[in-house]
Amino acid sequence: MTDHPADAILVVLETTPAGELASSAAGLLAAASGIGTPVGLAVTAPGASQAVAERAAALGAERVLAVETTATQSELTVPQVDALAAAAALLAPHAVLVSNSIEGRDIAGRFAARTGAPIAVDAIGVSRDDEGVLAHHSVYGAAYTADSAATFGPLVVTVRQGAVDARADARPVALEALEVTASGAASAAIESVEAVAETSSRPELRGAKRVVSGGRGLGSAEQFALVEELADALGAAVGASRAAVDAGYVPASHQVGQTGVAVSPQLYIALGISGAIQHRAGMQTAKNIVAVNKDPDAPIFDVADFGVVGDVFTVVPQLISALAERSR
Amino acid sequence: MKIIVLVKEVPDTYGERKLDLETGLADRAASEAVLDEIGERALEVALAHADAHADTEVVVMSMAPESAATTIRKGLAMGAGSAVHIADPGLAAADLGLTARTLAAAIQRTGFDLVITGNLSTDGSGGVMPAMLAELLEVPNATALTSVEIADDAVSGTRGVDGGTMRVRAPLPAVVSITEALPDARFPNFKGIMAAKKKPFETLSAADLGIEPEDLSVPVSIMTAVAEKPPRTAGTKITDEGDGGTRIAEFLIENRLV
Repeated sequence: MTDHPADAILVVLETTPAGELASSAAGLLAAASGIGTPVGLAVTAPGASQAVAERAAALGAERVLAVETTATQSELTVPQVDALAAAAALLAPHAVLVSNSIEGRDIAGRFAARTGAPIAVDAIGVSRDDEGVLAHHSVYGAAYTADSAATFGPLVVTVRQGAVDARADARPVALEALEVTASGAASAAIESVEAVAETSSRPELRGAKRVVSGGRGLGSAEQFALVEELADALGAAVGASRAAVDAGYVPASHQVGQTGVAVSPQLYIALGISGAIQHRAGMQTAKNIVAVNKDPDAPIFDVADFGVVGDVFTVVPQLISALAERSR
Repeated sequence: MKIIVLVKEVPDTYGERKLDLETGLADRAASEAVLDEIGERALEVALAHADAHADTEVVVMSMAPESAATTIRKGLAMGAGSAVHIADPGLAAADLGLTARTLAAAIQRTGFDLVITGNLSTDGSGGVMPAMLAELLEVPNATALTSVEIADDAVSGTRGVDGGTMRVRAPLPAVVSITEALPDARFPNFKGIMAAKKKPFETLSAADLGIEPEDLSVPVSIMTAVAEKPPRTAGTKITDEGDGGTRIAEFLIENRLV
């Protein structure tokens, strides 16, 4: 029987469709190491756990409990929940951290319902006080902050992607196979999975350090290319306002805001975006905001650290060449 | 086919939304309450199926204060056949676990083949409720669907997952959640609004569902602190005089952002 840390924080390690450790793991393991001993749970395809464990150790996992199974390829959510339930029973963790991703939410929700553990959602960080683990939240588009905690027992926390900047120190690789008994809970069948082909080398919007977003002010799908050009010059992800998405300039997956992706990058550049409250709700936790808009009264200027009242079609090309000049 | 659509009254995102700094609860008086748009889209999925399949029964369900009855009634005006409103002052501060247990009990009581919800509410942004309900109801979950096909014995669809798309299929009964990719909801017309007044509207308390809101033997999530963040203040604003792009580049360099 292996000794397990008394202050274990169980971290659900998600993998990409290609089987690699998801980028959310770095923030989750760092958050966990701030409040206890991070123990990862990896549910992978047969033969794939070693590579995931090595990557997780480099990101601070004290050990990784590994389940190798083919079930996750055919059954939705339930195999991961069964594994999580087994890991939690083994470790008695103080908290369970899960990425606030589509899969992560389902795993966390089912696990919390199954075990009766309280759940805190969309946290932007965690900490610990005398009474236990606290989850920190940013509410109503960052207008409020709130803390939550469990009255007793472990707290399940879904953590907003990209919200935790800290990184934990690497540790030696420790892999431990975990025995799981299938619960037999009814699940949906996965009929097929298609990885979205990487059409560019641009970073993913969620969790990006820099984001350049365009709005209705770009005027057309063709002219939206200007946003992409600046994004590429900065190595940034491409975002958009709902108006730009509704107008068909870019696919909905780029939508930043209340009903799209919430981002908190180091730098957010808003081009031709008026800054309706729904849009601001998804970006105003950015560390630095730059805005360019023709309308001097656009609400985006109320939250911008640096705003330029002007035409995006003259200001942005000048910015791009100034950046190119600098890198030469 | 009996479809239950979960809807939620939320503060309108077009207005200012407030939290009560004493209780940490939503200040419902501070902003206009509306039916969450994603719930309306979920209802549209059910109503579209009912349009094509006459034997479909659509029920809107919500757990909300008594004052939300008018908002829930909009679901009836849009075309749902009946409404179930769980209204109990004891549930005002319910955490997600208590909410899930209460809704699951009400769904069981009403009976269902399919539960449809939105993927994320605009106020809580948690997105965990569909999976919690599926677990408690002991049925499959198929969440974040960007397309939905409902058959007599199964529901299938496409879901966008991080890094790809996935085709899933769940035998009924099941819980599904849908995203904004699904069509806009229909507007209630005058006939619908008049008809809504005669439709069954059931109001239930926690006790009706065998739920004890203040059961201290069950761990719950509580808010320990809430604070209003000072609004973000505007920084420098300049008018482009031919050097706007250069000035932004200077700002980025000064702040070590490039």
